[in-house]
Amino acid sequence: MTDILRSRIMIIYTIVLLATSLSLFSLEDNANKGLLSLLNIILIIVPLFSLLFSTIYIYNSAEFIELLVSQPLQRKSIWLSFSVGLAISLSMAFVIGIGVPVLLFQFNAIGFLLLIVGILLTVIFVAIALWAAVQIRDKAKGIGLAILLWMYFSLLFDGFVLFLLFQFADYPLEKPMILVSALNPIDLGRILILLQLDISAMMGYTGAIFKDFFGTIAGVTIAFITLTLWIIIPLYFSTHKFNRKDL
Amino acid sequence: MIIANNVTKQYGKLKALDNVSVTCNKGECVILIGPNGSGKTTLIKCILGMAIPDSGFITFDKKNINKDWAYRAAIGYMPQIGKYPENMTIGQLLGMMKDIRNTQQVLDEDLIVGFKLNSLLHKRMGTLSGGTTQKVSAALAFLFNPAVLILDEPTAGLDPIASEILKEKIIAEKDNGKLILVTSHVLSDLDDLVTEVIYMQEGKLCFHQSIEILRQNTGEEKLAKAIATIMLKNA
Repeated sequence: MTDILRSRIMIIYTIVLLATSLSLFSLEDNANKGLLSLLNIILIIVPLFSLLFSTIYIYNSAEFIELLVSQPLQRKSIWLSFSVGLAISLSMAFVIGIGVPVLLFQFNAIGFLLLIVGILLTVIFVAIALWAAVQIRDKAKGIGLAILLWMYFSLLFDGFVLFLLFQFADYPLEKPMILVSALNPIDLGRILILLQLDISAMMGYTGAIFKDFFGTIAGVTIAFITLTLWIIIPLYFSTHKFNRKDL
Repeated sequence: MIIANNVTKQYGKLKALDNVSVTCNKGECVILIGPNGSGKTTLIKCILGMAIPDSGFITFDKKNINKDWAYRAAIGYMPQIGKYPENMTIGQLLGMMKDIRNTQQVLDEDLIVGFKLNSLLHKRMGTLSGGTTQKVSAALAFLFNPAVLILDEPTAGLDPIASEILKEKIIAEKDNGKLILVTSHVLSDLDDLVTEVIYMQEGKLCFHQSIEILRQNTGEEKLAKAIATIMLKNA
């Protein structure tokens, strides 16, 4: 039932989105900076785009969500179909915009890893955006919160880690740092890919410590599990909140 | 059919609904009136399960609506301001609603025909004028033959011809034994179809009377005048 609802709305949105992101991403791709510049796009633009698009979409659909709530549907399924729809369409846009060029020019394990990390990041930031959108009623404030969250994850967090490292330079911080990196999905994604690329010069301060840990299969597995948790936890909280929310 | 029991709803400091108790039955056409911000829309939202009352409860067909959702199959709701995904066409929207309802019964397409929406099916919702969007909302509310119709400011934004069509449809459905709950501030529009009047002010229910009693009490034939008399008395 809601499957159809999802696909019907979303197919149309996907097409619109595909057009925008394709042109956006392929523009960057034409600059021919290769995989590394693609990585930067993924780590900066994909979270921002997912966050902003999802929050704005949810706010713009406020009246439509109201109408759906007045239909014989469970709130949980309305909310989940919005999330799944957003996640799928944004991921599809990502796969076509980034995935196709990557698979054409870098058809190897790193390319695949890049794709998987990008998709995971997309979904993670859709979940975070939905959480932000359900918490705050006011559209401007909600979008502001989304941008703040993005700034935190992509800029402030690294500064915070650097600060920590300098403050506690006398102590052995390698193990705690692994835990700290789990607090930021963008960093986690960056570490994962950079370690595969073997370009230690590109690593930030946070990244340098993890070679031992994330170089192993177990480390990679744990990293992916952490990324999945980054999807599930915000999604759980937003669904919980939406179930109780006054529209 | 719908019974609200001491429903209270608070938004921050504002008491949107203060101990409201209402009973609405089949075959009635109830009009909810009151100044802006008197809690009309909040009451409707509570009935539809969009807002959850802080205290009190609402029953629909003798069942508590809290945490229930299936009861909404029997409600057709026309929002005050309908906004739909911009890139969907009218046809897709109708199709989607049919999928959601998944009903086997005959659809009531009177309003789709009446508003001539069939010729607009390929138009995208984002390109429609406010009035046409309202027509779509109205058509959707009536489409599934619901036992209860909740219409929030139905005639706002409709042209006179369309609002006449809608009024005739409302009368027809009322005569079919359906419960119709309307909020409106344009009183004269609905003079000839209302049977019960609920007047709300500052979240409180001021009175709930049938139109005949109201007319007798105030000695006014016109609904608008009758209400005005009462408002003056209360002030």
